[in-house]
Amino acid sequence: MTEPLLSVRDLRVEFPNRRGTLTALDGISFDIAPGEVLGMVGESGAGKSLTGAAIIGLLEPPGRIAGGEIRLKGQRIDTLSPEQMRRIRGKRIGMVFQDPLTSLNPLYTVAQQLVETIRTHMPLSEVDARKRAIALLDRVGIPAAARRIDDYPHHFSGGMRQRVVIALALCAEPELVIADEPTTALDVSVQAQIIDLIKEICAERGAAVMLITHDMGVIAETADRVAVLYAGRLAEIGPVRDVILDAAHPYTRGLMGSIPTLTQESDRLVQIPGAMPRLSSIPTGCAFNPRCPEAFDRCRTERPVPLDRPGGRQVACWLAAKESAHG
Amino acid sequence: MIAYVLRRIVQSVLVMLVVALVSFSLFRFVGDPVATMMGQEASQADREALRDRLGLNDPVIVQFAGYIARAASGDFGISYRLQQPVMELILSRLPATLELALISGTLAFVFGVGLGVYTALNRRGWLSGTIMTVSLVGVSLPTFLIGVLLIWVFAVELQWLPSFGRGETVDVGPWRTGLLTPSGRASIVLPAITLGLYQMTLIMRLVRAEMLEVLRTDYIKFARARGLSDRAVNFGHALKNTLVPVITITGLQLGSIIAFAIITETVFQWPGVGALFINSVQFVDIPVMAAYLMLIALIFVVINLVVDLLYYAVDPRLRLDRAAARH
Repeated sequence: MTEPLLSVRDLRVEFPNRRGTLTALDGISFDIAPGEVLGMVGESGAGKSLTGAAIIGLLEPPGRIAGGEIRLKGQRIDTLSPEQMRRIRGKRIGMVFQDPLTSLNPLYTVAQQLVETIRTHMPLSEVDARKRAIALLDRVGIPAAARRIDDYPHHFSGGMRQRVVIALALCAEPELVIADEPTTALDVSVQAQIIDLIKEICAERGAAVMLITHDMGVIAETADRVAVLYAGRLAEIGPVRDVILDAAHPYTRGLMGSIPTLTQESDRLVQIPGAMPRLSSIPTGCAFNPRCPEAFDRCRTERPVPLDRPGGRQVACWLAAKESAHG
Repeated sequence: MIAYVLRRIVQSVLVMLVVALVSFSLFRFVGDPVATMMGQEASQADREALRDRLGLNDPVIVQFAGYIARAASGDFGISYRLQQPVMELILSRLPATLELALISGTLAFVFGVGLGVYTALNRRGWLSGTIMTVSLVGVSLPTFLIGVLLIWVFAVELQWLPSFGRGETVDVGPWRTGLLTPSGRASIVLPAITLGLYQMTLIMRLVRAEMLEVLRTDYIKFARARGLSDRAVNFGHALKNTLVPVITITGLQLGSIIAFAIITETVFQWPGVGALFINSVQFVDIPVMAAYLMLIALIFVVINLVVDLLYYAVDPRLRLDRAAARH
């Protein structure tokens, strides 16, 4: 197997506060291969965005990486100085945020923001940076880019602004793009276009994508592999097709069951009873055990270890472990 | 743009007319000018003759029109107390007040913005805590007390700076300045600090609050995620976004610095318009009081106009002449 582009091992993120320490991410491990699209799904608060923030080095204090390591092409990046990390951000890891309406500085033109970012990472003159900016805008599908580049963000619609954001995230040719719910704030009609654009443009440049979303439909269409997060822990990771068609973790099965289908006649969607635990009260054993229909004694006492399964899959579930031991 | 400026100017003129009405009514309601001018010995016929000569028997509206016409040409009558044209008196005192106001306004703005940015960026530092605590003193102590304390420390105990007056002055054309002589410069230090301290702490707290707000926004996160330097993010992106409210407050504060220089001028026996006003109040010198009222109103109106035009320069979203959101 080729060396992974990004390798996260046992990542642990903590938020110390007055009453103790909250563990927001615990034992997260995954790889992203060059050019691969990894989907990251989970409920709100499962730690999807936090994983992205930890990788790019932008955890909000007092949050901090308390354990594990993050490597980019073999180089450890979680221990770099802030200045060294800054040089990686934008240049080697780009990021697209959720809300294009608030991601752009309202007081600067699109040209100013693009040229500033390009010149931060590339030794280009003002004129060349501008040419590059226009080409990028053109590529992300802004009509009349050469004219529109001098407009302010408020002159653009939401979908167009997200295109500008994508151009900004990609302007220094990063090897990895972290897209944090890039379509959540957009109209349904433009969501598909934006997802396609991200996928296409990253494939074209050989950039890998970490696509954070809670939309399983988007994952199914876009991602090569998918990681399912629950309460700051990795429940399951594997190729998209396998995970969707043959989920091994009861939580993943619940997630899949909650997607409406056109073919299936059903009055009610399947629902997982209960809610995800708060970070301050994660139960012992498996974090999912109080909601799990198939939990047994071991699930309540012992935390499941991630278990390798054939086809590059991993599952953290005692039930799956039992089945594979018997089968 | 032109329509906007015209509209603002028309509004300003309306405000000035209302103030003129108030200032005009001072003459009618604060004592009888004829009694003041002729004393008790004059006969009823003489009084009527004077009343007629001064136009006091005309309809109020005619008198008001005359008052405005004269005021517009700079004629506010003659001071009861000093027997000099009011305009001449005010103009001779104005440079002293304006110099004091500009110096203390500049000090307040520079230190206010500087300290505000510093305390926002180093929110948890001990120095920020100290600055914030000390700034409470600036907000809560009354101006005259600060003035007296400064005089006690720097003029009486340390004897570094003069405690009153303007020092030596030099005439530059019609402008009598104290800034060109060493004693003049030494004299302005204490009054300028006294006058500006409150404004400085106000600006500092405002900049700090706005800056903290802006640093939390998505576009600042996105700017960091693009790997821009801290300097570019903090000063280029964040500070500029805090400026709109800061400009408003600073502008209005400049107005109040001029208007409320009265107290500082009294404490330091500074020969400005504020001191002139205080003396006029003691002698019920209505022409001076009325003219002072008009002058201060004019200053506020002009500053407001300038502030509105500055918004326009800072925030592109207010430039309504361009098409709004083009899709």
